[in-house]
Amino acid sequence: MEGVKGLESDLEAMRQYFRSGKTKDTAWRQSQLKGLLLFIKENEKHIFNALKKDLGKHPVEAYRDEAKLPRVALLSSAELVPEPLGLVLIISSWNFPFGISLEPLIGAIAAGNTAVLKPSELAPASSSLLANVLPTYLDNKAVKVIQGGPAVGERLLQQKWDKIFFTGSARVGRIIMSAAVNHLTPTVLELGGKSPAVVDSLASSWDKQVTVNRILVSKFGACAGQACIAIDYILVEKRFASTLVELMKVMIKKMFGENPRETNAIARIVNQQHFLRLKSLLRDPAVQNSIVYGGSLDEKNLFVEPTILVDPPLDAAIMTEEIFGPLLPIITLDNVEDSIAFINSKPKPLAIYAFIKNEKLKRRMLSETSSGSLVFNDAVIQYAADSLPFGGIGESGVGKYHGKFSFDTFSHYKAVTRRSFLTDFWYRFPPWNDYKLLLLEATYNFDYLGMLLVILGLKRRRQNSGGM
Amino acid sequence: MRSLCVEPFQNFSSQLPFVTVLWNSVVDTGARRTLTYCSPWKTNHKHEAVLFPLPSRPIRKSLCICLSSSAKLPVMMEEKKKTFDANEAALLVKELNESFRTGKTKSYEWRVSQLKSIEKMVVEREKDICEALYKDLSKPEFEAFVSEIAMVKSSCKEALKELKHWMKPEKAKTSMETYPSSAEIVSEPLGAVLVISTWNYPFSLSVKPVIGAITAGNATVLKPSEIAPATSSLLSKLFEEYLDRSAVRVVEGDVPQTTALLEQKWDKIFYTGSPRVGRIIMTAAAKHLTPVVLELGGKCPAVIDSDVDLQVTARRIVAGKWQANNGQACISVDYIITTKDFAPKLIDALRKGIEECFGTDPMESKDISRIVSSNHFSRLQSLMDEYKVYNKIVVGGQRNQKELKIAPTIFLDVPGDSQLMQEEIFGPLLPIITVENVKDSIDLINSKPKPLAAYLFTNNDKLKNYFVQSVSSGGMAINDTVLHVTVSSLPFGGVGESGMGSYHGKFSFDAFSHKKAVLYRSFSGDSSVRYPPYTPEKQKLIKAVMNGGIFNIILALMGWSRD
Repeated sequence: MEGVKGLESDLEAMRQYFRSGKTKDTAWRQSQLKGLLLFIKENEKHIFNALKKDLGKHPVEAYRDEAKLPRVALLSSAELVPEPLGLVLIISSWNFPFGISLEPLIGAIAAGNTAVLKPSELAPASSSLLANVLPTYLDNKAVKVIQGGPAVGERLLQQKWDKIFFTGSARVGRIIMSAAVNHLTPTVLELGGKSPAVVDSLASSWDKQVTVNRILVSKFGACAGQACIAIDYILVEKRFASTLVELMKVMIKKMFGENPRETNAIARIVNQQHFLRLKSLLRDPAVQNSIVYGGSLDEKNLFVEPTILVDPPLDAAIMTEEIFGPLLPIITLDNVEDSIAFINSKPKPLAIYAFIKNEKLKRRMLSETSSGSLVFNDAVIQYAADSLPFGGIGESGVGKYHGKFSFDTFSHYKAVTRRSFLTDFWYRFPPWNDYKLLLLEATYNFDYLGMLLVILGLKRRRQNSGGM
Repeated sequence: MRSLCVEPFQNFSSQLPFVTVLWNSVVDTGARRTLTYCSPWKTNHKHEAVLFPLPSRPIRKSLCICLSSSAKLPVMMEEKKKTFDANEAALLVKELNESFRTGKTKSYEWRVSQLKSIEKMVVEREKDICEALYKDLSKPEFEAFVSEIAMVKSSCKEALKELKHWMKPEKAKTSMETYPSSAEIVSEPLGAVLVISTWNYPFSLSVKPVIGAITAGNATVLKPSEIAPATSSLLSKLFEEYLDRSAVRVVEGDVPQTTALLEQKWDKIFYTGSPRVGRIIMTAAAKHLTPVVLELGGKCPAVIDSDVDLQVTARRIVAGKWQANNGQACISVDYIITTKDFAPKLIDALRKGIEECFGTDPMESKDISRIVSSNHFSRLQSLMDEYKVYNKIVVGGQRNQKELKIAPTIFLDVPGDSQLMQEEIFGPLLPIITVENVKDSIDLINSKPKPLAAYLFTNNDKLKNYFVQSVSSGGMAINDTVLHVTVSSLPFGGVGESGMGSYHGKFSFDAFSHKKAVLYRSFSGDSSVRYPPYTPEKQKLIKAVMNGGIFNIILALMGWSRD
């Protein structure tokens, strides 16, 4: 709890530091990003290149070129100036304690903010590493890591922030957004939801194989399903279900071995609470009969075997809650096109994965469903595409980040127009008369001929002129 | 609009048990009458019905009935307001969501047809609009045209011209990790959205966000401000007449109606108004995790250096204060900061500027709006009469409570802790604060919450750049006021206390769109390293998983990891 002692004065000092303008300095931002880079030395190039690229070239330039000014603003120039927001709070989650902490932090620093990071107390080793080691790489006047549980979180939320960036559950997301109301703080909420994978009845054995590989790796390989973008459940046609299940059974064995508990290919469950949650999803009597593969649990080692279920009841918890673990329900449909209605009957997910070749169905999937992201014929990899925004919609979140979008998320785009004292349309000022009105209308309508006619006195009456 | 429940008689379709009677219809109860009703599918159909008041029953709004009888009979009227409760609101949202789900609002054609209708509405009904604005605010026709009608028209024009371009998916680069693949960012509508507008520019601040919502393909409900009742009822009438009511609606009312609306689940709420209500909106939105755009206000400063062209500066200040709805605009100049030496000259120039624009007696001028309501009048009056400031008036000061008029009024050197310098003024009062050095103004501005706009008048380029860099505000204009709002290539919106989110032009489209990331992959091009069982090389993946570094995982998954 030591980080919380004197919290208010610490934060005030950070605000002061921000006001000094230090963090706006490009060199400062670069030095901090470099510090981060040292900290995560394994992926240096990847992060740095993306950011350097994003910081170097800006759509501001594009806006400046494209800016179409109405005539009234003649002789003024318009520009968009990205500016940092001030002091921001990043609350990260436990499932990818580094990625989910550092990725937004990069955005906050790149945009020139001061930032407080609160890593999840549910991943204590990572949290303490972040708290103890990360600060040695960074300017401690501008970046602080504060550890703690819900009490600390609550205390932090009472402070005034210029942005709150949260990754976690929809339940806590609501708490964050409600707390943000006090100071009218904008929030980014990176939540989750049940992300479906739609699998069409694929004909070619190669396609089937690739599909199954990609599904299994995205489900059981992505932190044992404990990722917000992991596949939550599968939608497939009845006639294709058994083929899919059989292929999965074979491939799970091939990938994770006959006894996956002993191979280290699958991550364990983060803590007992989550283990028990998964256990209760699985031990629901209505669900038990639908298990077709796996299902064994080892509480001592917090291990859950990769488990496949076919058609568990739709009102069972496993189909109403986000699973966040290595349980994979398969829901069968008469027709693969029914998947669209099925998905739309649920809250909007963070991701939809569609393993389909049919172009028409692809188009329907694109235009008729809504989700944070949509990936055709693969899963989870959209996270790596920095040119794509990452974020949810509806129940799966508010706001987006990654790459340039992270920079934007932590920036305010200030609209600036500059004018000289030289020209003024005299008709911009009262007292007003029909003549001026006519001119102004022409100006607003880009009607240059009209302007000329009015000035020459050749056009006298406005249409629809409403005398008052 | 008032309404009355009418019990159907005989062959009236059983699916339409209740009907609405236009407010000006005079009807009796219990009597059998021949009614002319118009419905979406039949017009001027004659039918007999018994009029029967049912105050507590819901009203079917899809049918409008007007009496064909000319007989004037006793009336049993019931305010429609009273029936618009949470149930009614829920029904409305359900209806809108249903039409959204049909997909029709997503089509380019629908969006264009609605935008064209708005354009047509503004052209054909300009006179009605001006009249309503005059009723609500005595808004001069000229000002009404500039800030309301022309703004809306040019928004429509731009949207119509650019819509195809805006709707086009944006290609995104794909990286090595996802090779081979293609990616795009697709703008998709959010669903049913709520626009709550305000009274100072009751027409444009209502219609402009609605244009944004429509261009993005949403179903929209507009709640105009009850403080500008004439415009509110006109909007309700015009929307009904010109727009597709299955997807664009107006709900009139005040607190109870707004509360009923806010209880519903919206896909976006767009609010223009005060920070106080902004907080209420955001609290309601948090319940459903609804994203909000809040267009608020704040004290917008204008800093005036001593090297400026005085006449031009004064004119532009006059334009940005009294010509902007008599100071009742969220971006109008709230206070001026200038140097001690320059203040007297500036005051003279402003006095002259006011006279040029509004004559020697501005209370008689037709070119200036009145104060919107007696509430606001007394609020402004108490700002003026505060003992700390009442003797600081150097220009103006006249007021007329009966006509709700206050003359352009300038104060010199009011104390920083006076109400005038603490609250957003939102009226024709203009305090001038003096500083020793013009640079000191920046600290003064930064000691207050971030404003929606900040203005600077100077010829000093260094000061300009310093100002742009060190003052944070929603928008900014150098050597002018208010003008940045007309530039549709610039976003309009606040930061901090002055709001969140932005709109205008393409930014309106974006505000009401979700940017969906779409990645296309083929079934080819997989590296075996991506899949278990993990050979020693594949150990990298496990390491990555253990370390939790997402990039490592991805890199390892794709087989691009370095050790």
